[in-house]
Amino acid sequence: MNMGEVVPKTDIVKKLVDSYYRNADILNKSNSVFINEKREEGIKYFKKLGIPGRKNENYKYTNLEPVFSHPFRNAISPSNKYFDRDQIFKCDIPTLDTNVILLLNGFYFDRKTPLRELSSGALVGSFAKASTEYPELVEKYYGKYAQITNEGLVALNSAFVQDGIFIYVPKGIVLQKPLQIVNLIASDDDIMVQHRNLFVLEENTGATVIVCDHTFSPHKFLTNSVTEIYAGPDSRFNFTKVQNEHNDAMQISHTYLNQGENSKVTSNLITLHGGLVRNNFFVRLNGNGCENNTTGLFLVDKRQHIDNYAYIDHAKPYCTSNQLFKGVLDDFATGAFNGKILVRRNAQKTQAYQANNNILLTNDARMNTKPQLEIYADDVKCSHGATVGQLDEDALFYMRARGIGEREARLMLMYAFANEIINQIKVEPLRERINHLVDMRLRGELSRCQNCAMNCG
Amino acid sequence: MLSIKNLRVSIEGKEILGGINLEVKAGEIHAIMGPNGSGKSTLASVLAGNNLVEVIEGEVLYMGKDLLKILPEERSRQGIFLGFQYPIEIPGVSMVNFLKTALNEHRKYNGLEPLSASDFLKVMREKKALVEIASSLTNRSVNEGFSGGEKKRNEIFQMAMLEPKLAILDETDSGLDIDALKVVANGVNKLKTKENATIVITHYQRLLNYIIPDYVHVLYDGKIVKTGGKELAIELEEKGYEWISKELAINSSPAIL
Ligand SMILES: Nc1ncnc2c1ncn2[C@@H]1O[C@H](COP(=O)(O)OP(=O)(O)OP(=O)(O)O)[C@@H](O)[C@H]1O
Ligand SMILES: [Mg+2]
Repeated sequence: MNMGEVVPKTDIVKKLVDSYYRNADILNKSNSVFINEKREEGIKYFKKLGIPGRKNENYKYTNLEPVFSHPFRNAISPSNKYFDRDQIFKCDIPTLDTNVILLLNGFYFDRKTPLRELSSGALVGSFAKASTEYPELVEKYYGKYAQITNEGLVALNSAFVQDGIFIYVPKGIVLQKPLQIVNLIASDDDIMVQHRNLFVLEENTGATVIVCDHTFSPHKFLTNSVTEIYAGPDSRFNFTKVQNEHNDAMQISHTYLNQGENSKVTSNLITLHGGLVRNNFFVRLNGNGCENNTTGLFLVDKRQHIDNYAYIDHAKPYCTSNQLFKGVLDDFATGAFNGKILVRRNAQKTQAYQANNNILLTNDARMNTKPQLEIYADDVKCSHGATVGQLDEDALFYMRARGIGEREARLMLMYAFANEIINQIKVEPLRERINHLVDMRLRGELSRCQNCAMNCG
Repeated sequence: MLSIKNLRVSIEGKEILGGINLEVKAGEIHAIMGPNGSGKSTLASVLAGNNLVEVIEGEVLYMGKDLLKILPEERSRQGIFLGFQYPIEIPGVSMVNFLKTALNEHRKYNGLEPLSASDFLKVMREKKALVEIASSLTNRSVNEGFSGGEKKRNEIFQMAMLEPKLAILDETDSGLDIDALKVVANGVNKLKTKENATIVITHYQRLLNYIIPDYVHVLYDGKIVKTGGKELAIELEEKGYEWISKELAINSSPAIL
């Protein structure tokens, strides 16, 4: 990232707090009273907690000061930039029958029908609209797991929250079609976006959600988003997030997933491109017999930086969690992985596994990986392992000895490495699509998603 | 076809081959035998282009070209095949993708169009029958979790797919049960023509009952110290390498006599 001057952290915080009070009227306009009350709390905690610095153990490898020093305009109102809907809708995945939802600069795009009720009774649409139309429903979940009291950036997001995606699946309902959220940032100036998503799956439900992050114009962008997911008892939830932003885009995402008894959730985090990416993934297994699979894959090059933080909280017994994060780093790219597993005292019969494997393609690429296990129960099975290495030279020679060119052989090995993650994606057309995108990305041919009208350069 | 002249090589600074001379003509089968660590695999590696092996001096001509200047993948495309003593496992790369990529690179080199998916599978089916390899193996990742014998059989299968001009089989018979040995030998014999040549590296005379060599060479301490017909293999089996070392001691120490 090529950033300008670094502003002292206290000044950054002051600037954001001033902006909050200056814009209070706008901020309080379109959400429910409850959200606005939380907003007040949010700014108080942000004042106290500030932006996590390098001294914060969880942010040791990602320096956010230069990121927040840039004079971004806070995108607190919907953009009036015109987009041809049909053009954007081309971005969905061919052969994948999805409901496509568009978020533009953090605001729900379709203003004519901001909240749709599907025939099943499920709700899909604007978070802001949901907070005023269904205040009790939103209040019941909003901010219940995402904590403003200890994460400065979650507090900041809660202070500035305006819109995002709201999904509600009532008891016993399974959404047949995957929901695809295209999260697009496009602006004529450098902006900061802080959307908030809330997905609620009641008991015995099922849904698949795909989030695609794109940037559309060649400006500097900063995203500080929070997504809360409540997967009720016996629910099945598949979540895939594909990050494909340009080199001047910086993204800090927080995903809070709370799982109820016997629920099964699979999350895949695929980072194809981005200038600076920090993903925080908090999972709380909050009922007996939960299953959680969290996987991540990133492919970075040039001076890109990626930092994945995963925190699995085994709060109840008989739960299983699997984390597998992989990364390929080229050129001068830097990366970090911090995976924490907490097994609480009563969480007996826990099975928790974590693996992090990385490939460095050059001597200049750097990767820091840190597992953290905190286990307070005695009857548990836990394992963790991390590797940072190069491509297998013996395998390369073997392939070349069969006539496969060196470049192709390298690509095949990288692709094989990535494939373990891609294979975790449950929706087949999506898996094929990601396969293709990863292949193109590795070949250096991905400047934008094929078929997509957006130029995500 | 292949002409090696005074080839000296080292690995990590240590000289392994100290002046090899070998002529292989089209249509011939050469067997190379020799004790463990004598340099047989090193010779195979340098012919395949493994850059772990450094050439100190000497010359290798393949079809009249300076082989040592050619990249490993180019050597393969030009018809050199190395059956590895220890085939490599490549998790995540399917046999089909691996062989299809390899075969199409060969075709491209020969000015041919790449094979369509269905044509490729047809070729694969034919060759699978030829070397009697099970689909349960070819549907997996390259050599991943294959038994020792299965890996060797897979090397012969790859050879059948790529139809090399010069095949170098490094202990492809080791670890094979007697039926598999016949299959492998059969594969080599069926693929043999007047235009191609084979170098088999082996420890066992047994294989040479099935693949009849025109020449048998004994590699000893980085040098070819003896060359003969197929009866040399039988003699070696009877007398062991001690016989060679004694003979060498006699020949190289005339002063003691
Ligand atoms: N990568 C390496 N690093 C160091 N020494 C090596 C390496 N590869 C081979 N050597 C050495 O070179 C010598 C010849 O090894 P090579 O594998 O060619 O023997 P070989 O005749 O094939 O033996 P075998 O019958 O056991 O297969 C041995 O002393 C071996 O230890
Ligand atoms: Mg050997």
